[in-house]
Amino acid sequence: MMKLSPKLSQKLSYMLLFIATMLAIIPVLIIIFLIIKNGYSAINWKFLTSMPEDGMRAGGIFPAIIGTFAIVMCAIVITLPVGVCAAIYLNEYAKDNFLTRLIKLAIVNLAGVPSVVYGLFGLGIFVMFLKLGVSIIAGALTLSIMELPVIITTARGALNSVPQSFREVSLSLGVSRWQTIRHIVLPNALSGILTGTILSIARISGETAPILFTAAAFYVPRLPDSIFDQVMALPYHLYIISTQIPNMPKNIIYGTALVLMMMVLTMSFVAIFARIYFRKRRKW
Amino acid sequence: MRKSLDYIIEAVIFICGILSIVFVVLIFSFLLKEGLSFFKDFSFIKFITNQFWYPNSKIPSFGILSLISGSALVTLGACLIAVPIGVMTALFISEIAPKSIRDILKSLVELMAAIPSVVIGFVGMVTVVPLVKNVFNLPTGLTAFSGSIMLALMAIPTIVTISEDAIRSVPWQYKEGALALGATKWQTLRRVVLKAAMPGIIAAIMLGIGRVIGETMAVMMITGNAAHVPHSIFDPIRTMTSTIASEMGETVRGGMHYKSLFAIGLVLFLITFLVNFIADLFLGKNKNL
Repeated sequence: MMKLSPKLSQKLSYMLLFIATMLAIIPVLIIIFLIIKNGYSAINWKFLTSMPEDGMRAGGIFPAIIGTFAIVMCAIVITLPVGVCAAIYLNEYAKDNFLTRLIKLAIVNLAGVPSVVYGLFGLGIFVMFLKLGVSIIAGALTLSIMELPVIITTARGALNSVPQSFREVSLSLGVSRWQTIRHIVLPNALSGILTGTILSIARISGETAPILFTAAAFYVPRLPDSIFDQVMALPYHLYIISTQIPNMPKNIIYGTALVLMMMVLTMSFVAIFARIYFRKRRKW
Repeated sequence: MRKSLDYIIEAVIFICGILSIVFVVLIFSFLLKEGLSFFKDFSFIKFITNQFWYPNSKIPSFGILSLISGSALVTLGACLIAVPIGVMTALFISEIAPKSIRDILKSLVELMAAIPSVVIGFVGMVTVVPLVKNVFNLPTGLTAFSGSIMLALMAIPTIVTISEDAIRSVPWQYKEGALALGATKWQTLRRVVLKAAMPGIIAAIMLGIGRVIGETMAVMMITGNAAHVPHSIFDPIRTMTSTIASEMGETVRGGMHYKSLFAIGLVLFLITFLVNFIADLFLGKNKNL
């Protein structure tokens, strides 16, 4: 075999790396394009605000949108305060000892547990043991545990980016540790925590496996009365209509996928722009 | 007054801090409890070495060898696609791409991670599945191979993001040293930067594998759900995750079938725990660089 000159082999390798990068980027663009192209014709006001009809083959997806909204909001309300407190503990109080290392290991592993295993756990603990039944609250609790490591990690990053000198000035004025955190550290970390929260909302809106046996219903043509009702959920609805219903009109499936994808992507973009905006305004 | 309030708040913060440990222990012990009560009636050895998964027949058989091999095959396939693409993309973004488009490329790669897995599963069903069926002339396109392709797409963002961090954290002196000795930029990247970043890249690959093994919805929609030991990557397969997701709804609460799915959950939990633990070890190594 002819030996390539270093220059030529560099050129070829760069070309190869460029192709790999395109292979990593193009599929997601194809997915987004396909869904918008085939789905936008299904989207109208009626589709978004009416009940499904004819065994879900016609009508709208209103209850699924509301159901997802209810589950996700409950989950965030539960997980946000707990996650932020855990981040405060790790960043402001914890010493570098065995317990702290154990907490960090636990967070890493919590983040790695498969989503369907969270579903099993939620079924066993919340639905069966605590007798909450298949309900919004059972699904929300399941999702909140799943999202906890993500919230902790992002909130910790936000707290960590507040300069140490801020804390030292406050403490040197005789302010207590907690008061310093409450009035100096938290307000300065708020923007980072906020963007992390929006990203978390986006992520759990699309989760299906954890709510499969804890919150989601196949078909409920009405809105929930309380957090103890089971609901339709957008990702589960998409799964059902694309695999379980024969003769499902394709444009409704694409339309549902488009609504779900747009919800998630819009929130992700809001979070990204918020991050850029806050970074520019930062005073330090 | 203020002091005791501070004290209460700090106690709450401490409790929230250790809650992660509580949850990991709780999840594990819960799966263990259900799993052990299952293994009392069905031997663990038979569970993982028998290939027949007939949970509903008259004499039920709960062998998950076919499910383990299904998960393993689809994961292996996904890795063979995702690892080279992911690592090469990370190299390109961190070292070769012009600075001005670096962030754009990175955001585009990460965009994939934002797409819900049911949406990816659905798109796989309408694009990759018929394509695989026609190109390879198969009776069905619902195969391990189709699953591997879609799972690779889902693993790539994880691999790229973490590898890129590792590559960028290689000290600049290493690069300057190699370049000063007359190496081309590519020789430097391949022989110095890649080697120095290897622990981080291995961690990235492990986390990617963890993501693929645990993935449920997309895999359930694309791989055909056939519980048998596959002969080739073009066979329909069934994974551990999709078995749990598709069968839990039809089980009797507290029955053998119900418990067997928790036993599968236990196996999955242990596998992902191990994979993440290894990833964490390598990430720790990378920091000591």
